Amino acid sequence: MIQGYGLPVFPGVAIGSSVVYRKAQRSLPVSCGEPAVEQAKFDAARETAREQLTALFEKAKVDIGEEQAAIMEVQLLMLEDLDYLDAVAAAIQGGEAAAIAALDCGEEFAQVFAAMDDEYMNARSADIRDMSHRIYDILCGNTGFQLPEGSFLLVAEDLAPSETIQLPRERILAFVTRQGSSSSHTAILARTLNIPSLVQSDIPLDVAEDCQVLAVDGFTGTWYADPDEETMKLLLEKQAQAAASRQALEAYRGKESISKSGKKVLLCANIGCAEDAVAAIAADAEGVGLMRSEFLYLGRDTLPTEDELFEAYKKVAEIMGHRPVVIRTLDIGADKQVSYMGLEQEENPALGLRGLRICLTREEIFRPQLRAIYRASAYGNLSMMFPMVASVWELKAAKALCARYRAELEAEGVATKDVPIGVMVETPAAAVLAEELAKEAAFFSVGTNDLTQYTLAVDRQNAKLGQFYDPYHPALLALLGHIAKAANDAGIWAGICGELGADPKMTETFLKMGYTELSMAPGRILEARKLVCESEV
Amino acid sequence: MKEFNHVIADPMGLHARPAGQMVKACAAFASKVTITAPTGTADAKRLMAVMRLAAKQGMELTFKVEGPDEEKAAAELQAFLAANL
Repeated sequence: MIQGYGLPVFPGVAIGSSVVYRKAQRSLPVSCGEPAVEQAKFDAARETAREQLTALFEKAKVDIGEEQAAIMEVQLLMLEDLDYLDAVAAAIQGGEAAAIAALDCGEEFAQVFAAMDDEYMNARSADIRDMSHRIYDILCGNTGFQLPEGSFLLVAEDLAPSETIQLPRERILAFVTRQGSSSSHTAILARTLNIPSLVQSDIPLDVAEDCQVLAVDGFTGTWYADPDEETMKLLLEKQAQAAASRQALEAYRGKESISKSGKKVLLCANIGCAEDAVAAIAADAEGVGLMRSEFLYLGRDTLPTEDELFEAYKKVAEIMGHRPVVIRTLDIGADKQVSYMGLEQEENPALGLRGLRICLTREEIFRPQLRAIYRASAYGNLSMMFPMVASVWELKAAKALCARYRAELEAEGVATKDVPIGVMVETPAAAVLAEELAKEAAFFSVGTNDLTQYTLAVDRQNAKLGQFYDPYHPALLALLGHIAKAANDAGIWAGICGELGADPKMTETFLKMGYTELSMAPGRILEARKLVCESEV
Repeated sequence: MKEFNHVIADPMGLHARPAGQMVKACAAFASKVTITAPTGTADAKRLMAVMRLAAKQGMELTFKVEGPDEEKAAAELQAFLAANL
C-alpha cells in the first residue's frame, strides 16, 4: 500500500481502478518496409482526411460563412493535387513511412509557396501544412485521450477545462490531480458531479498507473494505492456512512427552505450546461443561480453560433420550467482562454480583458449571446447577469445593448420575454458602489471567489497563497454585508453564487445579512436546506 | 491542338478557389492542357503548379489543349474562364 495526500474538494469515498490522463502524444511510425503497404495506408488516410474536410466544409458553410468554408475547400482541392500525390508516392517508393512522406512533402510545397513573391500565395503555405498535418495525424492515430470501457478514478497532472468537458462524466468515480486548486474547474466539476476528488495531490503518475486499486478519501484528503485489507475495511465503512447521511438528507427533499423565524431562501444550483440542469433537478434545486456560459465556448475551434447558444439556453430553460435560471454572460479570459478569440497574452489576465470587458468591445461575441438569451426567454424563466462589472456605465452600456438586440428580435417577429438584468458582484468596486448599481440592476449575485481574490489581492490560482486566501476575512464580510443592505434598501434581491454559498459555516450569516438566494453545486443543496430549516435566525 | 489566350479579369487574380475549380474542370478532359504565363508554364491539371504561376489581374495566359477531345475541352474551358476569371 502506498498513500499520500491532496486537497479534498468534495467529501466522499471512491474506490476503483485508476486511469492516468495523458495528453495526446504523437508516435512516429516507421515504414513497415513494404512500399505498397505504406502507399495503401496513405491512400486510406487521404480518404479519411477528405471525409473530415468535407464535414468541416459543410459545417463552416452553415456556421461561419463562405470565407472559412473556402479555406476548407482549398484544402480539399490540395488533397487531390497530382504534384503532391506524385511526390508522396516517390518518397514512399524510396522507403519512407506513409506519415513521414505525407508530412515532408507537404512541408516542401509549403516552403515553395512561402518563398514566392506574392503575399496571397505565401499565406497558402499554411493551407498546405494544415492539409498534410491532417493526414499525418490520421496516420499516427493521434485522436486524443480515450477513457477505456468501465468506470475509473481519473489521475492527471492537471486538467484544462476543455479537457474535462470532453470526458464521459458518468464513468468517472473521482478526479485526482497533481495541480489545480479548490476553485479550479476540475474541482467545480467534481462538486457538480458529487464525486470525491483531490487537487494538489502528491500522487506520482507511475504509482497511479501501476496500482490495481486506487482509493480516495475525500473527507481526509488521503489517497491509497492498493489499500491493505484493514484500510479497505475502514474505507468501505466510511463509504457506507456517507451514503447513509446522504440518505438522511432525503427527508428535506421537496421541502421549502425556510428558517425557524420564517426567513425564506431560494436554494439554487450552479451549472455549466444542460446536463448539469438535469443534475440540478435531481438534487432538488429551486432554480439555477449561476449558469456559467463559458463551457459552450471551450473545447472548440470557433465561436458558437447564435443558434447553438439558443438551443443550449432553451434546453436549460425547458428543463428548469417555472424555476428561475440566471445566465451569466460570457466570462472568458483570466484562467479560461480560447485561442479562436484571438485574445492577446496578458501579463496579468485576472486584471485584464475578461468578462464584460470583452463583451462590450467585441460585438461579434456579445450580440449572438444576448440574442440567444432573449430567444430562449420565451421557453422558461430566464434572468441574466454580467460578470466583472466595476462601473455603473458598464452596466448601462450592456443594458442598452440588451434593449437594442431585443428590439431587433421583436422587429424580426421573434417572441421574447422580459429578462431581469442583474450584476454579478465580484469586483470590490461593484461592492462599494452597490447603492448606485442597485438603481440600475434587478438583482445582485455575489461571486465570492473573485471578490475574495480581488479584495485581498490574492491569486486564487496560486497554490502557495492558500493560507492568505481567507474567505472569512473581515474586509470581505464587511463588503458582503454592504451589498445585501444596498439591495434590500433598493428593494431588489441579493444572492451568493460563489463557493461560499455552500459553506455551512456561512449559511446563518448570509441569512442575517439579508441574502435571499444561495447558489451552489447541486450536491450541496439538501445539506444547505437542512441548515436553513434548523436555523433560528 | 487548340490554342487561345485569356486575360485575367478577377481582381484577386488566379487565386486558390477558381484555380481549384479550373483544375477540376480540366481533370475531366482526356486532353492535355498547358498554361503559359509570363511567370512560367504549368500543367492545368495540377493545382499547386497552377497556383505557383501567381497569375494576377490583367495578366495574359495562353492555353494549349491537345488530345482526342480538344475541341470540346477548349470550348468548355473558354466558357469557364469567361464566367469565373
